[in-house]
Amino acid sequence: MQFILRRLAFYLVAAWVAITANFFIPRAMPGNAIDAILAKYPTLLPAARQALEAELGQGNQGSLWHQYVVYIGHVFTLNFGPSLYNYPTPATTIVATGIYWTLGLVGLATVIAFVVGTVLGIIAGWRAGGWLDRSLPAMMFLQATPYFFLALILIQVLGISLHWFPVAEAYDGINYTPGWTWGYITNVIDHGTLPALTIVATSVAGWMLQMRNVMVTTTGEDYVVAAQAKGLSNRRVIFTYAARNALLPQLQGFGLALGFVVAGALVMEIVFSYPGIGYLLLNAVAAKDTPVMQCIFLLITMAVLVANFLIDLVLVFVDPRVRSREATR
Amino acid sequence: MTTMLSTPNTPGVPGASGAELVRPSRKSGARNVLSALAATWRRLPGTAKTGVIILVVFILIGIIGPFLIPYNPGTTTPLQSAAPSGSHLLGTTQTGQDVFSQMLVGIRLTLELAFWVGVIATALSVVVGVSAAFLGGVWDEALSLVTNIFLVLPALPLLVLLLGFLNGTSAGQGQLPVILVLAGLGWPWGARVIRAQALTIRSRDFIAAARETGERSWRVIGFEIIPNMVSLIAASFVNTVLYAVGASVALAFVGLTDPNSFSLGTILYWAQLGSAVQNSWWWWYVPPGVAVALLGSALVLFNTGIDELSNPRLRDARRSTKVAGRRVWPTDPTPVLGAAAGHGGLAGFARSFSRKSLIDEKAGDFS
Repeated sequence: MQFILRRLAFYLVAAWVAITANFFIPRAMPGNAIDAILAKYPTLLPAARQALEAELGQGNQGSLWHQYVVYIGHVFTLNFGPSLYNYPTPATTIVATGIYWTLGLVGLATVIAFVVGTVLGIIAGWRAGGWLDRSLPAMMFLQATPYFFLALILIQVLGISLHWFPVAEAYDGINYTPGWTWGYITNVIDHGTLPALTIVATSVAGWMLQMRNVMVTTTGEDYVVAAQAKGLSNRRVIFTYAARNALLPQLQGFGLALGFVVAGALVMEIVFSYPGIGYLLLNAVAAKDTPVMQCIFLLITMAVLVANFLIDLVLVFVDPRVRSREATR
Repeated sequence: MTTMLSTPNTPGVPGASGAELVRPSRKSGARNVLSALAATWRRLPGTAKTGVIILVVFILIGIIGPFLIPYNPGTTTPLQSAAPSGSHLLGTTQTGQDVFSQMLVGIRLTLELAFWVGVIATALSVVVGVSAAFLGGVWDEALSLVTNIFLVLPALPLLVLLLGFLNGTSAGQGQLPVILVLAGLGWPWGARVIRAQALTIRSRDFIAAARETGERSWRVIGFEIIPNMVSLIAASFVNTVLYAVGASVALAFVGLTDPNSFSLGTILYWAQLGSAVQNSWWWWYVPPGVAVALLGSALVLFNTGIDELSNPRLRDARRSTKVAGRRVWPTDPTPVLGAAAGHGGLAGFARSFSRKSLIDEKAGDFS
């Protein structure tokens, strides 16, 4: 229990740091949305600046401390103000349009990559030096390939040359309307295949390598040797003895990765013009749309923190060593 | 660069994972260094050797490349989006710039950026990690808290946010803003590992001895603790360089860095902007992408090689022996001769997961 409380306190502090940084970064940096808008329409009269400041609520807002208190209040009521670029739609509404796409696509791809990578890692680690293990350097090349570069290659080969998959957007907005119709769903899957393939291909090797390394170390443990000496089947030794313990560090990584699902594969979404969180964030950055940026950054940070905390909880239940360490503390 | 990366593993004590005591002898001349390097080279696994060779090639290109460029990478010519030919080895861009020249300059810029991010971030992590371990108490708590917070905050979105705000002003400043931002967010991984290592070293006898003799704190840190962590610091340097390459290329690709300097990521940015993929101008976007992938995998291979040098289990795992024509791994039970009969390839692999591969029930096989 004390372990959980300690972790909870840590995550609360981390959340406060993120919230505060989110407040100060836009204020400390040069340039703002008004400048961006004025730069886009050079014909506007100087008086337009005051009008814009008044309309967007960006003018003199009192002391920094006062602004900070107001901001904290807004964070807790999820009120980040209207988007400056798509005025007057609230920032939260804009962000909400992206979250489902990202969760669906990146979430599914992350889970697939985790499962495939872990299973391959178990096999490679058990048979270290075998054919699968020796293919690791090639896998590492895939992993070192930037996400977006692989995406470009896939677009070129599978999308443009072979016409197998569409290469942009999340669905065909001209022929389909969102709804639970067969045509729409297959269309979404069709559009999601290339982005998902990109994520899986570039992240499988990471899971595999980590699992393989822990597996190799675990396989040398005495209890695994003992299990084999008892004459248990290889399958039993692998899955209920070796892999079970080797999975713990893997789980921790999975928690982190789940947190980052919300962040989306930032760059991948740009390549595919996939309307997820990453796409929204980069568009907001380009337009200096501070409210949307702040909203997305906080959303991503909170997702990461919550995922980390959940994994801590799971580890306490799954790993007796964490519990006993806590007891001796 | 090579010297710097390879020295740490020189006299590694096998079995002391990561914690090997590197006692740099002051008298070591150039010949000693060379022979030590040669010894390390022989002990490196093959994959790590590949990594080192690729790295050396990249570094050489980075050093001499910019002097060899046939054209100014920014000069536009009427020869637009031409396929590779004798005069333009990698073709031209949509505006007629020479891709080969851009690559030579780009490799230099990307390496330069990654190197400086590595140096600054590693220095930061050494300072934070060692002082947390050495000062202890409240300082340790505070520094560890800061490190852990930086670890848990999502780095890429934060980078995007920071560079996005800096973007309006960074146009003429080259890579400096990116280097500073990447280094400012890239130190906590190293700091955590280095702190843990410094904690174990701090409790060793020779540190106590140094303190007894009245050495000042900074001297103990600089001459007793840090020299014993050279291999760890080098590993964290390689990791940081890897992170810097990946992050900087991604950030350049989405246009958050100075688009007028030709780093590998910027070439990809212009290629994407010029619809190189839609028009199948592969010579424009494939070379920089492959270069980044090669550089990244070389760093990963090199790092896993260091891992294997210091972790005997990972190293021994690759050794399989042959008994009666059948490969036997360290995880296998002592081979019984009868079990060696006729299972090879995929069938043998599949069979190795079954109970039968352990105990062969057919008595007849024991002949």
